[in-house]
Formats: sequence, structure tokens, C-alpha cells
Amino acid sequence: MQADWIWGFAGGIMIGLAAAIFLLVNGRIMGASGIIGGVVDGSDRARGSENLMFLLGLAAVPAAAMLIFGRPDTHLTPILPVVVVAGLLVGAGTRLANGCTSGHGVCGISRLSLRGIVATVFYLLGGGLSVLIFRHLIGVI
Amino acid sequence: MGRNIFSLIAGGLFGLGLHLSGMTDTTKVQGWLDIFGSWDPTLAFVLGGAILPMAVAWRVAARMQRSTLGIDFPVPPAPKIGHNLVIGSFLFGAGWGLAGLCPGPAVASLSYGGTGGIVFLLAMMAGMYGAPALRVRLDRLAA
Repeated sequence: MQADWIWGFAGGIMIGLAAAIFLLVNGRIMGASGIIGGVVDGSDRARGSENLMFLLGLAAVPAAAMLIFGRPDTHLTPILPVVVVAGLLVGAGTRLANGCTSGHGVCGISRLSLRGIVATVFYLLGGGLSVLIFRHLIGVI
Repeated sequence: MGRNIFSLIAGGLFGLGLHLSGMTDTTKVQGWLDIFGSWDPTLAFVLGGAILPMAVAWRVAARMQRSTLGIDFPVPPAPKIGHNLVIGSFLFGAGWGLAGLCPGPAVASLSYGGTGGIVFLLAMMAGMYGAPALRVRLDRLAA
């Protein structure tokens, strides 16, 4: 368990460095939902190639890690209706709120943005209640 | 050109960080949210680790006119806490807890997430596509 914290912290530093590069070089906030959403609904065509390159790097480096170190298990629930509902909620929710864990969480909290902090409080609340209800009360996950 | 290269580098580093920190493992995310079960603190270390370099980056950016590629920094949004921010974040959290995936890790685990991972990604994109229509309805209700 102790190794998990160390890997978590080291990985976290890398995520923060990625966000720092994106801000200081590209002049942008590194928000995964904003980048994906801008591609999906065509609202960010001006930065389309930049967004696609970001997503390419995001998918390709873990793929390379998998080829070298072996395939990790994501332990995603095999119940596909649950996966679909969760995906719809994550997609619609992050776009409504204009941000997710990376944009509001990492980039927002680090500059003490009130919006980022409020968003983080509410998605943690939603997540905690979701696990409580669907795991402990209903038992589907 | 420079923008594309550094975007690729940032995306790759983000992916590596998510992969190594275990954030593509849904049990670690759900474990963090499961305060009434066997609580897993890993995510707090990930978030804390990520906030540190970014807090420095914001201070550096405050001393710069533009980014190193000459791009204007994003204007901070008005500090307004609207219903969309609160409702959207709550809905996102509910989905995040249900599957244990948020947008970044959903893309990062594309190569090894199997069918379920792809189904999640497609559903998430559909949700994103439908969000503007949902926003119009919520705005009408709030007005």
C-alpha cells in the first residue's frame, strides 16, 4: 500500500508538470474534458490539431507503457448499462460545469480559483454519494 | 508547429502520470470515494502532487506577458458560481463514482481498457455532445 502512495505522488507530479507546460508554453489550461469536448462538438476548431495532438499523446504513452511493462487491469465494471450511464453523466456533467478533475481540480485549485474549489467539492460529493448508493445500498458496483 | 509538439508532449506526460499513479485503475478511484468502505488515499497524493508544480507555474505565468510561444494566457472566468457549475459537477461526480473513470484516464486507458473502456468513452462523448441542449433546459428552469 505504501508503494501506491509513492507512485501516486510521482505520477501526480508528472500530471502537474504536464499542466505547467500546457500553461507556460501553449498558454492554455490543461482540462481533459474541455479538450475532448472541443473536438466532439466542434466548438474548438481553431485549435483542432493542437487538441488532437494532446489526445494522441495522452493515449499513446500509456499504450507504449503497456507494451513495455504489460497490460494493467482497469477493473472497470463488466455491466455495460452501468458503464453507459456513467459515461453519459461524466460527459454531460463536465461540459455543463466547464471542467473536470484536471481543469477544475488540478489547474483551478492550484490558483485558488473559487470556481475550481466549488466544482471539486461538488464532484467529490457526487462521487462519494454515488459509491455509497450504488455500492453499499444497491450493490451494482 | 511548436504548439502541436508541446501539446503532444503535455498530453504524453499527462498520460504517463495518470498511468503510473494508478488513476486508470477504477478500483483506486472508487476506493478514494468510498469513505464508508475500505478507503484508499492514493488519489489525494496524486492531486497533491499535481497541484505543486502547477501552483509554481501560475506564479511564473503571473510574471510573464504571454506564453513562451507568444500566446495570450487564458482570461480567468468571472468568479460566478452558477447552477451549471454546481449541477454539472455533481452529475460528473455521480458518473465518476459509478465507473471510476474521469475524462483524462478514459482516454489514457484506451489501449488497455477493453470493450468497456471504449463503451465508456463513446457514452462520454455522447454526453458531451448533448450537454449544450441540457444547459439550455437548465438555464430555462433557473430563469
